[in-house]
Amino acid sequence: MKNYDTLIKDLAPKKFGKRGVIWIIFLIAIIIAGIIAYIDQIIKGQVVTNMRDYALWGIYISNFVFFVATSFVGSVTVAILRLTNNTWRTPLVRIAEIISVAAIIMAGITIMIDMARPDRILNLFIHARLQSPITWDVIIIPTYIVISLLLLYFPLLPDFAILKKYFKEEKPSLSKRYGFLSLNWTGSKAQKILQEKSVKIIAIMIIPVGILLQTIDAWLFSTTYRVGWDSTNFAPYFISGAFVAGVGALVTVIYIVRKIKKLEYYITDSHFDKMGKLLVLACLIYLYFNINEYLIPAFTAKKGEAVHLDTLFTGHYATLFWLVTIGGLVVPIVVLLFKKGRKPLPMFFIGLIVVIGSWWKRYVIVTPTLLHPFLPIQGVPESWRHYFPSLHEWLITIATLAMALLIITLLVRYLPVIPIQRTADEQELLKTDKNTKS
Amino acid sequence: MEDKNNSRRKFLGKGLKLGLVTAIGGIGLTKLATNLNAKNNNHSEDKMELMTTDGTLIQVDSSEVIEMNHSQDHDKKHNVREGFPNRKFVMVVDLAKCKNALKCQSACNKHHYVTGDNAWVKVYKMQESKDTAPYWMPTTCQHCDKPACVTVCPVDATFKRKDGLVLIDNERCIGCRFCMAACPYSTRVFNWSEPKQGETSEITMEMDMEHHDHGASDPEHAGVPSIKGTVDKCDFCPHSIQNNELPHCVTACPNGVFYFGDKYEDTVTNGEETVRLSKLLTDKAGYRLLEGLGTEPSVYYLPPTDRLVDFEDGLKHYTEFQSVEKPE
Repeated sequence: MKNYDTLIKDLAPKKFGKRGVIWIIFLIAIIIAGIIAYIDQIIKGQVVTNMRDYALWGIYISNFVFFVATSFVGSVTVAILRLTNNTWRTPLVRIAEIISVAAIIMAGITIMIDMARPDRILNLFIHARLQSPITWDVIIIPTYIVISLLLLYFPLLPDFAILKKYFKEEKPSLSKRYGFLSLNWTGSKAQKILQEKSVKIIAIMIIPVGILLQTIDAWLFSTTYRVGWDSTNFAPYFISGAFVAGVGALVTVIYIVRKIKKLEYYITDSHFDKMGKLLVLACLIYLYFNINEYLIPAFTAKKGEAVHLDTLFTGHYATLFWLVTIGGLVVPIVVLLFKKGRKPLPMFFIGLIVVIGSWWKRYVIVTPTLLHPFLPIQGVPESWRHYFPSLHEWLITIATLAMALLIITLLVRYLPVIPIQRTADEQELLKTDKNTKS
Repeated sequence: MEDKNNSRRKFLGKGLKLGLVTAIGGIGLTKLATNLNAKNNNHSEDKMELMTTDGTLIQVDSSEVIEMNHSQDHDKKHNVREGFPNRKFVMVVDLAKCKNALKCQSACNKHHYVTGDNAWVKVYKMQESKDTAPYWMPTTCQHCDKPACVTVCPVDATFKRKDGLVLIDNERCIGCRFCMAACPYSTRVFNWSEPKQGETSEITMEMDMEHHDHGASDPEHAGVPSIKGTVDKCDFCPHSIQNNELPHCVTACPNGVFYFGDKYEDTVTNGEETVRLSKLLTDKAGYRLLEGLGTEPSVYYLPPTDRLVDFEDGLKHYTEFQSVEKPE
């Protein structure tokens, strides 16, 4: 057992190393490029994208769906593992909450990038109409942002108090800031009860809100008549997909954070093993809904469905479709079913593949459907029958991903990524357990 | 003193009552009153025969006849979001007559200043299956009674009117394109860049614009001017209806394919012949596009039977990748 002081020393935020600084500069450079591209888009209009009247949504939307999906990790790992009393979650939850916050904030920004008239954004409130799924999104996304922030913040209170004390001598100004954030946390019994209660309420709240968020995201598509979207299966399909994307992102980020912050003592192989099991469960559920989504329509093969599925199975999108299905879903399942596959390094690669697969999966959900309308595509330039993102779209989209990574990086830098107080408490608990046993 | 007060009170009371009566009675009552006055005062025996709006002949004392200016805007007084009162506009497209002359499309493009790459009126080359005959199918906005586009619009920018029209308020549209995703007829067109209407059509646009707020886009004059980052589509030409004219596609068609009219009046006309809507739809077995979706379009189609022209004749106008002519 490590003693309390080394524990704090291990877990307290540390300055960026050389690699950290380079990484931040790299991200900011990408973001600046994206902002320039976005300004150009504002000036010239969305003609700078490769979206047109048929492919009327593109990677802005699929990227948005990806962010929304990834933000689900907060609900799953934090809330569900908490409610099911899985104590192994302790060193993982904070990173999950950080990913969740970064992803949902970026989802909110990404959907605005797709709006051709961002100057009229207030119309969404002034003229809001409740029957539009976009209005549901306008309600649910800010709600989820607030709840996610609270779920990140409340458990941090005791840690902020610890950090205030820890930095008192060395960095008084930093200590002051942590002190401000700790809201005068003293660790008194009354405070503890209040905090415990608040966290519990939020942890329960975030589950229905998280599920609603994914559901509404699915309804954006399934409330239309379009073949490939018009599916009653869509909401659970999206929820399970979000489960996969979120846990995939969690595994990837945790591996990197553990390596860079040298947290091997706290985040052990057994944690990866457990996360691996969680991920394989997620993938299996998602596979189930994929079968529902793609095989059952193929069975009846109504004309529209048949054309749509043909482009996915053997046509223009076949390569991508099979890559995301086999690579992003089947391979992870196979690998993760073996104990060796759930070791940190293979888990990292699987997590990375799952995240990339999840991103492209959304692309495959959004684009092909739009290119198969009910009436044939005629009377428009030939290029309108295809869609591949333009340079502007790539720059902007990559910038949003960089922004999410920047938020994660900064939060990982300034927050204790592993709850200090809770870890200490639990280790004490272990000790006393052992004492009573012996 | 007391008397005076009383009489004033009476006078005021009477005035108030009279005012109330006039307000309730409205215009009719005042008209009657002035008529009575006129009769009492002048008695020139000159009578004039006039016809009322419902077609009956009446005699009127010539002294009562006052010349009045043509009302410039009494037709316009309807609410843009409510539409023309007591009307329900419908269209019938007779596929048997269409030979892809594309005059509808060019007229529509011209009058709505469609300058993008996607016309509002399209003539599709259709063939249901390889053993059935090919035919030409013009499409406009279907002006659905259960419009999917209106349901999904988050800001009420696209709206359904009581007279059947589905229009767009381009001053409010936020450019999310959800309506385009929702429309199963792919009828909506987006202004991806600044519309290039300005230079070529400035003068005519100015003329069109005279009737409404300068510079502002009016849902009843869709496309004039188009606004970057918002959605356009066929508007059933309320600006023509207002002047008792048929939509541009109807008048432009040399083959009388389009019939336009009012469902409540049960009549439609293609400019040459006026027919009973219900009889036309029954006799020729009219149908609507994608009826199964339940969108309840206002546009009916008559099947392409007993065609007057060869399908192949239309092929010479068929341009698979173009619907808006570009200035050279």
